[in-house]
Amino acid sequence: MSVEALETVDKPDVSLDDKFVRKVFYVCLNSGKILLESGAETYRIEDTMLRMANNYGIGNVQVFVTTTVIILSMNDYALSQTIRIEERANNLEKVVNINDLSRQITKGLPIDEAIETIETIHETKMFPLWLVIIAGGIVSAMFLLLFNGTIVDIPIAAFGGMLGVLITESIQRYTKIKFFNEFFASFFIALFSVLYVNYGPGVNVETIIIAAVMPLVPGVLITNAIREMIRGHMLAGTMKGAEASLTAIAIGAGVGLIFMLM
Amino acid sequence: MTYFFQLILSFFASAGFGVLFNAPRRTIVAGGISGALGWIVYYIATEIGAEAPIASFLGAIVLTAVSILSSRKLRAPVIIFITCGIIPLVPGGTAYNAMRSVVMTQYDIALAYGFQVALVSMAIAMGIISTEMIDSLMQTLKREVKNLWKKEA
Repeated sequence: MSVEALETVDKPDVSLDDKFVRKVFYVCLNSGKILLESGAETYRIEDTMLRMANNYGIGNVQVFVTTTVIILSMNDYALSQTIRIEERANNLEKVVNINDLSRQITKGLPIDEAIETIETIHETKMFPLWLVIIAGGIVSAMFLLLFNGTIVDIPIAAFGGMLGVLITESIQRYTKIKFFNEFFASFFIALFSVLYVNYGPGVNVETIIIAAVMPLVPGVLITNAIREMIRGHMLAGTMKGAEASLTAIAIGAGVGLIFMLM
Repeated sequence: MTYFFQLILSFFASAGFGVLFNAPRRTIVAGGISGALGWIVYYIATEIGAEAPIASFLGAIVLTAVSILSSRKLRAPVIIFITCGIIPLVPGGTAYNAMRSVVMTQYDIALAYGFQVALVSMAIAMGIISTEMIDSLMQTLKREVKNLWKKEA
């Protein structure tokens, strides 16, 4: 193919100002980054980024998102960047904020205001740590009763759930090694549960442990993995599936170690 | 009475996960409700005698429908309510049981649990996606009919 032919293929219908295109690129890429870091599904991220670009009149945009990488190219303007995501955590508040931004852009938000919004999104308020820990305890107590546990076991299940959340949150802050925090959390949960049953009023150690590890267990991740695969994102699906099974192995290993020792 | 009790339990389990996932405050109650309704359908289905995958499928359909309604009402993406709501249905405990059996070298039990995890999570995913498909189909149909109406007028 000659050079002229290539240029006619790549030339956009309407030529936009280069500065404007770069701003749109910035907004798209950062929205995708925030969404991926907040645990959104990859097909939704691709959809949001594409829609944002199209709303500002930029066509021929290619996005590729896996669970750790975003590649965004605006082919008409020869712009392309790759972003690696190191940490991911479920943060639904940010997902809502980016969704609101995307909706405003559809209604015609000027690009400079969109940039301002993007720059304030990372300041979204989180629930305080004590509330998150208590929520972990409540979840575990509820699951104990859903699994037909006895009333006597409620305190230890709630304590185990709180301990699990506390340990995972605090280890996550200091190390980057995955699956380690789940291992330690389930180890201590199992330790206290076995002690409570052997030397205390506890009744059913199996039910206590399964209820207490419930906040850590990757149930949502497994379901999301399969949803990604059904949508045709095989790569993201298999990655999430592998992550889920490794997390489950880490939890199982922590508990199993206690059962072998005691 | 048991049904009421189950509703309360699954509501707080889902809402608690809403806090763990840092869901916006205004969506937490709705997430809990979708979780409770999904779970009660699952519970009744298993009481009648349905297998876990079928019951999960039915539960997922109901909770997705509730989530879609709440997302319209509260103007937040559906995924928020679904993520909170599938918590009681999701086979996290079974996955943990499977892996613990692996670690304890009880491979036959592990295999049984593993297949259950695969089937149940597949059923939930199918339930969610089919409900979403039906919803988007209905939206498209509505729009088409409206356009037709406009053209004729």
